[in-house]
Amino acid sequence: MATLTRNPAILAGLGFALVVLAMSSFYTVPETKQAVVLRLGKPERIVNEYDPKAKLGETGAGLTMKVPFIEDVRFIDKRIMDLDIDAQTVLSTDQLRLVVDAFARFRIVNPQRMVETVGTEQNAADALKRILASKLRNELGKQPFAALLSPERGQLMDEIQSTVNSQAKQYGAEIVDVRIKRADLPSGPPLEAAYARMASARQQEAATIRAQGNKQAQLVQAEADASAARIYADSFGKDPEFYAFYRAMQAYRTTFEDGTATVILGPNNEFLREFEGRKGNR
Amino acid sequence: MPWQNNGEGGGDSPSGAEGEEPAAKKPENRPVNPWGEGPPRRPMGKPGQSRGGDFDDLIRRSQERLKTQFGGGNGGSGGGFDVGDGRWLVWAGGAIVAAWVVFSSFYSVDAQSAAVVQRFGAYVSTTGPGVHFKLPWPIDAVELRKVEQINIIDISSSEGANENLMLTGDQNIINLAYTVRWKIRNPESFLYELSDPEKTVREVAESAMRAEISRASLNDALGPQRAQIADRVRERMQELLDSYRSGVDVRGVDIKQADPPAAIDGAFKDVSAAQQDAQQYLNRARTYAQALVAKAQGDAAGFDAVYAQYRLAPEVTRKRMYLETMEKVLAKVEKTVVDAPGVAPYLPLPEVRRRAAIAPAEPAPAPAQR
Repeated sequence: MATLTRNPAILAGLGFALVVLAMSSFYTVPETKQAVVLRLGKPERIVNEYDPKAKLGETGAGLTMKVPFIEDVRFIDKRIMDLDIDAQTVLSTDQLRLVVDAFARFRIVNPQRMVETVGTEQNAADALKRILASKLRNELGKQPFAALLSPERGQLMDEIQSTVNSQAKQYGAEIVDVRIKRADLPSGPPLEAAYARMASARQQEAATIRAQGNKQAQLVQAEADASAARIYADSFGKDPEFYAFYRAMQAYRTTFEDGTATVILGPNNEFLREFEGRKGNR
Repeated sequence: MPWQNNGEGGGDSPSGAEGEEPAAKKPENRPVNPWGEGPPRRPMGKPGQSRGGDFDDLIRRSQERLKTQFGGGNGGSGGGFDVGDGRWLVWAGGAIVAAWVVFSSFYSVDAQSAAVVQRFGAYVSTTGPGVHFKLPWPIDAVELRKVEQINIIDISSSEGANENLMLTGDQNIINLAYTVRWKIRNPESFLYELSDPEKTVREVAESAMRAEISRASLNDALGPQRAQIADRVRERMQELLDSYRSGVDVRGVDIKQADPPAAIDGAFKDVSAAQQDAQQYLNRARTYAQALVAKAQGDAAGFDAVYAQYRLAPEVTRKRMYLETMEKVLAKVEKTVVDAPGVAPYLPLPEVRRRAAIAPAEPAPAPAQR
C-alpha cells in the first residue's frame, strides 16, 4: 500500500524530469529567425543563418536539438528590418536648407557578430541609425541644392549605402537600401520664400497671359479694321466723287434725324433752285 | 483555423482539462510566429503543465488497473468507487486527445486566402483555398494571408500637416494625395522576408513618389504628366519591393489630387483667371471684327448697288437722291428762307421761345447756314 502510493509520485517526478529534459534539448527555429546557440554564454553555432541563395523549405528552420542546460539559444530576426532615421536638416553647398527624412533597410547577416558586439537587433538598429544620420548629413551637405532633388541623388544614396555597409559589417548587419523618403524645405522663412517665388512666378504668368490675350485681341481688331477699309476702298474707290455725294446724303439723313436743328436757306440754295420758278442755269 | 475548431471541440467534451486547453493553444493563435517567442523555457509553462496533467492521468490509470487486477479484495466499496472515477478520467482524456488530433489535423482556407504551412516553424508548403490535411498541432501550424484582397494605402498628408507637400524638379512645391493598391503575391515571402511589410510598402511608395516628383516639373505634375508619373511610381515601387523579395505585387498607384499648396492657391487660380480673361478679350475682339467687316460689306454692297444705277443715269439719279434726302431732312427741321443774297442777321424768335420753355439755362444755338 505504502509503496503503491509513493510510486505515482516517483513516476510523476521521473516523467516531469523527462519532459524538462526534452524541452531543453529540443527547440524550434522559425523561418523568420536565426538562432545563435550559446554554450555557457559563448556563441557556439548558428542555426538557420541568413543565406541569400537558400531556397525556402531548405533552410535550417524547424525542430532542432541542443545540449540541454549548458546551451542556450538566442533568436535573431532574419527578415529585413526598418531603420527610420530622424529627419535631418541639411545645409547644401549653396546655403539652402533642406529637411531630409531618410529610411534604410537592414538585415542581420552575421548573427554571431551581432550577438558579440551589440547583443540585440534593437541595439544594432540604434547604432546603424547614428552612423547613417551623420553620414547622410555629411554627404548631403557636400551637394548643391539642385543635386539633392535630382535623380543623381540615387547614386549618392548608393555611395552612402556602401560606405555605411562597411561599418555595418562590424555589427553583423547589412544595409539593404538607403533612401530619401522626404526632402522638404523647412517650414518658416525658406518655405515662405519658396511660396513667394512660386506666387510671383504665377503672377508673372497671369500677367503675360493677359497681355498676350490683349495683343491677340488687338491684332484681330486691327485686321478687321484693315479688311473693312479694304472693302470700303474697293467699293468706293470706283467713283470717289459720287461716293462723297452718296455719303453726304446719308450723313444729312442721320444728322438731322432728331429734327432739332434750324436751317436757314438762302435763295441760291440748290434745293430752292426751282422755288421761285426761275429758269436758268445753275 | 484549427485552433478554433479545437476550442469548439473542447467545449463539447465535459472535462476538467477543458479550461486548460485554450490556454495551451494560445501561442498558435498569434499571427506572428508562435514558436519564435518561446525560448525553450517557455513551453515548459502552461503546455508543460497540461501535459503533466495527462501524464498524471496515465499514471493514475495504470495504477487503477493494477488495483483492480491485484487488489480486488482490498476495500470493496472504496475500490469500486476508485475504478469508476479512473475510467471516466481515461475516457475524458482520450476524447480530448482524439478531438485535438482530429481538429488540428485539417484546416480550411477561404477563397481569398492562401495558407502557409510550417512544420516546427520551418516552411513546408503554401496551399490555396479548400480544406487540407496537416499534421496535428503542435507539429504543423498554418498562417493564413489574404492573397486576393487588394490593400489600399492612402497617402494624403504627412503627419501633423493637412497637406502632403513635395518638392518638384523645378524646386516648386506641390500638394499631392495618392493611393497605392497592392496585394500579396507570394505569401511565404511576405511572411518571411520583411519584418513590417505594410510599413515597408508605405515607405517605398513615399520614396518612389517623391523621387518621381523630383524629376518632374510643377506644371507636368499638376496636369498632363500625372498618369505617367503614377505609372513610373508603380514600376519603381515594384522594383524596390522585388529587390527586398517582399512578395508584394503593386497593382496600381493613383494620384487623387495634385494641387499647388493652399498658401499660394490664389496665385495659381489667378493664372486660370488670366486665361479666361485673355479668351474673353479675344472673343470681344472677334465680335467687334465680325460686326465691323459685316458692316463694311453691307455698306459697300449698298453703295455698289446704288452706284450701278447711278452709272446708268448719273445726272438724274444724283438729282433725285439729293432732293429726296433734302426733302426728308427739311421735313423735320425748322426752316427759314432768307430771300436775300449773302448772310442776313436773323433772330430765331420762335426757336428761342420754344427752347426756353424746355431748358431756360441753355443758350440759343448759333444759326447755321447751308
